[in-house]
Amino acid sequence: MNKVIASSISKKFVMALAGLFLLTFLPVHLGINFLLLNPDPEPFNEAAEFMATFPVIKIVEIILMLAILIHIIYGIVLQIQNWLARPRRYSSGSKSKTSFFSKFMIWTGGTIFIFLVIHFLNFYFIKLGLVDGIPVEGEAEDFYSVAYQLFKKPVYNIIYWVCFAGLGLHLFHAFSSAFQTLGLNHRIWTPVINFLAFVYAIIIPLGFMSIPLIIWLFK
Amino acid sequence: MNITLKIWRQKNKDDKGGFVKYQLDNVSTEMTFLEMLDYLNEKLVHEDNDEPVAFDSDCREGICGACGLYINGRPNGPQEGVTTCQLTMSAFKDGDTITVEPWRSKSFPVMKDLVVDRTAFDKLIEAGGYISVNTGAAPEANSIPVPKKNADRAFDAGICIGCGTCVASCKNASAMLFVSAKISQLALLPQGKVEAKERARNLVKTMDELGFGNCSNTGACEAECPKDIKLTNIARLNREYYKAY
Repeated sequence: MNKVIASSISKKFVMALAGLFLLTFLPVHLGINFLLLNPDPEPFNEAAEFMATFPVIKIVEIILMLAILIHIIYGIVLQIQNWLARPRRYSSGSKSKTSFFSKFMIWTGGTIFIFLVIHFLNFYFIKLGLVDGIPVEGEAEDFYSVAYQLFKKPVYNIIYWVCFAGLGLHLFHAFSSAFQTLGLNHRIWTPVINFLAFVYAIIIPLGFMSIPLIIWLFK
Repeated sequence: MNITLKIWRQKNKDDKGGFVKYQLDNVSTEMTFLEMLDYLNEKLVHEDNDEPVAFDSDCREGICGACGLYINGRPNGPQEGVTTCQLTMSAFKDGDTITVEPWRSKSFPVMKDLVVDRTAFDKLIEAGGYISVNTGAAPEANSIPVPKKNADRAFDAGICIGCGTCVASCKNASAMLFVSAKISQLALLPQGKVEAKERARNLVKTMDELGFGNCSNTGACEAECPKDIKLTNIARLNREYYKAY
């Protein structure tokens, strides 16, 4: 049994499942973020409150955190093994035709990780009560104002954009790669999945990036 | 044409090794790449009193998989769908500098100059690249029906010559395309189905133990494979592995 869990394909299988699960979460989060563009802070704060308290979401949240953790740990383990598999690099480099962004998954993944750390410090850890410093307005914590304060800072916005660009580049390869790892490669459906992956990798990060831009410029 | 060669020279397995530059004149575009190396070696031995460059070759017609060099950033050089022995000098221009390296992988240690030890592939074949059959008179071939589609797919995987181009081209030095070709070749046919689970388990276990990297679906192997083995085989390998547990 140990051999199964430790095998290269098993690790990739778990990574792919965890990754695909994380992909389902992004549109939900983006949808809530768009409420920030509403001049009324209530809907956003209520949505944040709902996400923090609704029992089903709480369970999903635990799975989500586990998925992030496993995806990161296995990603690093596999990458180290990959580096070790070729101790000496080619001096003439590599000019083979490849899925370009697959070469940088560890780095684009690292960018996403940096963002998660910042994001957790700013929002999630506050929600868990691990970090202080949140204005309370009425019943709920006012995350709307926190977001506005952050998005008014150009430095934060630049970090935010760089990180989401990293997410986009990660997704370019990740989405379709996960299906191949799960053994799903089909004459008709694989090109469809690749197209959907391409659209997803552009729309989702651009959606996230547009919100601070609009707040910074117009609000 | 006149060319400059930058060739990896290494005395033995433990030697540090390094690149040596050679100027080679009057190279014909009709030479194959290996003939050009033969030509260089004749010059080295007879004119320069130097040690010839060691490289592997056997059939020199793209069947045996013994040759295989990393040329100017690509395994088997700039032409598509060829082994190194099928590569011709017409792919190069007068005045070109050509960098020639051995396959680089922890699992394929360099033995001398451009020669690597590909015993790791033999170990994979021993681990599951076979079917077990009783000896005796050959059974009637048509008594086991095989759909044409499966026969074709098994054949397309079965033409793998085990040259190691997939490992050489992969950024992770992964052997997944080679292993997937063996898996597909056998799992698609009734004769191979009997041991399919055992084969998938043993091949993946051995592949990991031999120190090959992990597949990250980058696709360099498919792009460079001289026999055009497809990534769909790797998806099949994954499926066969999941089915085995």
